[in-house]
Amino acid sequence: MKKLINKPEDFVRESLAGMAAAHADLIKVEYEPTFVYRADAPVQGKVAIISGGGSGHEPMHAGFVGLGMLDAACPGEVFTSPTPDQMLAATQKVDGGAGVLYIVKNYSGDVMNFEMATELACSEGIRVLSILIDDDVAVKDSLYTQGRRGVGTTVLAEKICGAAAQQGYNLSQIADLGRRVTTNGRSMGIALTSCTVPAKGSPTFALGDREIEIGIGIHGEPGRERIDVKSADEITEILTQSIIEDAGYSRTVREWNENQGDWVDVELINQPFQSGDRLLAFVNSMGGTPLSELYLVYRQLVAICERQGLQIVRNLIGPYITSLDMQGCSITLLKLDDEMIRLWDAPVKTPSWRWGI
Amino acid sequence: MISQAQILQWLQLFASKIAENKDYLTELDAAIGDADHGINMDRGWKKVSTQLPTLVDKDISGIFKTVSMTLISSIGGASGPLYGTWFLRASTAVAGKQELTEQDILGLFQAGLEGVLQRGKAQLGDKTMIDVLSPALEKFGKAVDEGKNIPEALQQAVAAAEQGMKETAPMLAKKGRASYLGERSIGHQDPGATSAYLMLQSLLAVVEDEAGGKV
Repeated sequence: MKKLINKPEDFVRESLAGMAAAHADLIKVEYEPTFVYRADAPVQGKVAIISGGGSGHEPMHAGFVGLGMLDAACPGEVFTSPTPDQMLAATQKVDGGAGVLYIVKNYSGDVMNFEMATELACSEGIRVLSILIDDDVAVKDSLYTQGRRGVGTTVLAEKICGAAAQQGYNLSQIADLGRRVTTNGRSMGIALTSCTVPAKGSPTFALGDREIEIGIGIHGEPGRERIDVKSADEITEILTQSIIEDAGYSRTVREWNENQGDWVDVELINQPFQSGDRLLAFVNSMGGTPLSELYLVYRQLVAICERQGLQIVRNLIGPYITSLDMQGCSITLLKLDDEMIRLWDAPVKTPSWRWGI
Repeated sequence: MISQAQILQWLQLFASKIAENKDYLTELDAAIGDADHGINMDRGWKKVSTQLPTLVDKDISGIFKTVSMTLISSIGGASGPLYGTWFLRASTAVAGKQELTEQDILGLFQAGLEGVLQRGKAQLGDKTMIDVLSPALEKFGKAVDEGKNIPEALQQAVAAAEQGMKETAPMLAKKGRASYLGERSIGHQDPGATSAYLMLQSLLAVVEDEAGGKV
């Protein structure tokens, strides 16, 4: 393994220290326990948005902390969800009195740790709601798995909910909006190579020279199949058609009910895309794939959407939710409405993402 | 009876078993998960290991509670909340105890398993640590009913745990990250079941050492 690291156990901390030094005007970092927060936190009267998850997906989440997006991010060890004490400390730091929304990706570790954090924060009298992102169409059968993974839509939900919070939406309005984003977002990814976790020091899985893995999650875990390598256009076709043809999806999600002070089951349903829908198209690098290749994918994605009567009205192309050094990409399509478009276009100023300011 | 000192020995032995098996657990996880189970468990148990000498004056419940908080705040992933919850519930089940009878151990195994079932929402046969903890509890309870002493009952429980661990190999994963592999999870032993087996095996080793130097 060749990587720019000192000691594997210092990787996350040293990376965060560099980020804090580079963006001292926007963010601050605490280490005991670890979290990244807006330099001007808490913003009084504003709902705070917190996300978190394993490190290794940069710039998600810490790169999205700042005005118009996240108030805090809790990075875990590489590919390992953060712990409830990190989330609780971040919550105490950024709560501006209007409550806190957790944006949680559907991975068992993230879900369990955020559930414990929710219980702890609520016992301290802080209002907390959470939304679960589960947009990966590669995971088919919700009865026999943990349900769909949270992948690319997470980034879009953080932007849209972050803008809503900045504009003064209240906590339950933002949670409703977040649910709308996750139920209208769909993603699928592919890997051309494995990634290498610093603490392990060797590739997580092996792909032959002529093999690609279809339907991966953001740690390389597969969802569909391993196939022979194909052209960029063919790969784009497979990913896009899988997303567009994905049927309605219903699942039961556990959400914290403030009034009952307990977890309740909520049923959420996705509607499939239809001709005439307005979409945000997001082509994401898994970390090791250059922008030039992503544009090739986007080119074909536009052609497929035109053919199917889907209008791409916004796009995002680049490495936003990555898997360390993995080569590959993911496509996310999000069905937009006027409110979501307005919030997408709203100003944002974070270490990794800024426009309008 | 299991003494408070034996409990401390057990936790120390388990911490060292995790350290010894760190790479093995990580390899098992690389096959069906995200290759960090050994690394994460070792990070948490190393921390527990350094704390144990400061816990000599605590009762068993207090020891378990400290272990729980340490695991929850230092492991992360799914293993942090699951092992943390196991020890937290175990702590409640043995409140105020300086030593444990057969019934106390049965009670703590039961409470620990219930906590893990609630937190993880997995069931027997989902290819998780429950496939080790559940048969071990059942066998332990049965052996106690038959009048077996603690070492004998634990021997049977650990044998059932080992079988449960091996039986996770042909299973289809339904929880956790391995579940995304679907059919391809078949044929690989579950890393969480493996670490849970090591936990019970370590307890048996400590108890047997007392009973007749079998370690």
